[in-house]
Amino acid sequence: MSRNVLLIEDEPNIIEAIRFLLSRDGWSVHTHANGSDAVAEVARVAPDLLVLDMMLPGRSGMDILRDLRADAATADLPVLMLTARGQTRDRDMAEKAGVSRFMTKPFSNAEVLSAVRELIGEKDAR
Amino acid sequence: MVRDTLTGSRIRERRTITGLRQADLARQVGISASYLNLIEHNRRRIGGKLLVDIATELGVEPSLLTDGAEAALIASLREAAADLSTAGAELDRVDEFAGRFPGWAALLTASHRRVASLERTVGELSDRLNHDPHLAASLHEVLSTATAIRSTASILAENDEIEPEWRARFHRNLNEDSLRLADSSKALVDYLDDSEEVPDRRAAPQEEVEAFFAETGHHFPALEEGSLTPDQLARDRAALTTDAARAIAGEALRQYASDAAALPLPDMRAALGDLGLDPAALAAHFDVPLQMMLRRVAAMPDDLLETEVGLVVCDASGSILFRKQVTGFALPRFGASCPLWPVFTALTRPQVPLRRTVAQIGRSTACFECFAVAHPRARPGFDEDPLYLSTMLIVPVAQPTDRDVPEVGSTCRVCPRTQCPARREPSVLREEF
Repeated sequence: MSRNVLLIEDEPNIIEAIRFLLSRDGWSVHTHANGSDAVAEVARVAPDLLVLDMMLPGRSGMDILRDLRADAATADLPVLMLTARGQTRDRDMAEKAGVSRFMTKPFSNAEVLSAVRELIGEKDAR
Repeated sequence: MVRDTLTGSRIRERRTITGLRQADLARQVGISASYLNLIEHNRRRIGGKLLVDIATELGVEPSLLTDGAEAALIASLREAAADLSTAGAELDRVDEFAGRFPGWAALLTASHRRVASLERTVGELSDRLNHDPHLAASLHEVLSTATAIRSTASILAENDEIEPEWRARFHRNLNEDSLRLADSSKALVDYLDDSEEVPDRRAAPQEEVEAFFAETGHHFPALEEGSLTPDQLARDRAALTTDAARAIAGEALRQYASDAAALPLPDMRAALGDLGLDPAALAAHFDVPLQMMLRRVAAMPDDLLETEVGLVVCDASGSILFRKQVTGFALPRFGASCPLWPVFTALTRPQVPLRRTVAQIGRSTACFECFAVAHPRARPGFDEDPLYLSTMLIVPVAQPTDRDVPEVGSTCRVCPRTQCPARREPSVLREEF
């Protein structure tokens, strides 16, 4: 059975590209484009891994991440955060909030695939 | 070492440059070589005819050999040394350095000025990058579109066997994104080009209002005389380009007119003459709220006060609603301000006047007397939580010699103060560069 990845991103063409990429790699990809109900979507899909954009309509990825880490059910969920803001302080904030991996745009497909595989590998090894 | 000794060092420097031997110069001006040696090593003072004769032989104006000619240079060197006190510059030998190596000293001071200018630019750009909403949105748009193009193009390039419908969809996406990238890049370049041409580009209505007040010196004779209403004044000004800016300016001008009606300029002129720049005494004299007097003092024409003054008004969130700049007290344009400012301290003690002498550290540390008070924005009704504003008048003062003065910054990103308990984020000036 394929593993679930939830992609929360508001850029349609990035969604399409990542969905194609991960699907080809054997993942079952769910997508969502809004921040305001993202936490509920995570609870509904119960993904093995979350790919989360930092700047989303409705609610920031950072706030969503903090909520997920505060909930025992998602405290250990691997989260790959995507952002156009690659400054040190943004990275520091994300790490403090409990991000598993931080990736700045524009990233390559190989980087995304590699990060997803590694994060799932780390999760399986725990 | 006293300033007089510079002259000897300069004589030696000039003589060496012209290729004259010490003995030859001594003979030409009618003194012994050993006496000239003493002069050149700053062990004998020199002036009068001998100085003129030596200057003539060296082909320079006597003033170039005297102390005053390099006073500015020495002051700049002292400033450079103070800004980087940890470098251990030999301050007791600054006169000698300037005298013996005027070229190097000029180079050092020019470099110091250049560094200061670049630090200001870095601070402004960092401030803008972090807080200018238009720039942040533009950059986000460009990077997101570039990401979509990169991912899509890679899929097409690296996957030979893509279903026709997917291939067609990706080609369509690429076309859309390339158009978006072209548009967003052009918009970003236009924005940055405008920023180059218009150094005081105003990204928000509040900035337009601030510039409008600054252009008038924060004083409006038409409102003092009652020849225009606040709304007429706000409506007619070309500097206010948006409805939002005109609305904000209108409110500030109505406040101004109300203050001016309660405290007419001739009365203020007389009271300032009698009581001096003492906001508490002035408020008591007119029996008006302190915040009104702080605003009114900041609205006085330049010729009435012996010094320039600044003003900051913030709300309970710490957002600055109004500001009048004062030289040496940096008020950040976009970013959050230093929480150590008395205007914020006053919010913790509503209705209690605060008077604090603070030193704002930065490129050149300067001292200010700050008068602040937090007060309800309007009279609250029963069961209504009051909305507080805090108002602070900023008056430049000399550095007190009898006590330490608390240090404050402007905003964390451009503040060099280390070990600050109020720091929110690292400074770009010292820690990251």
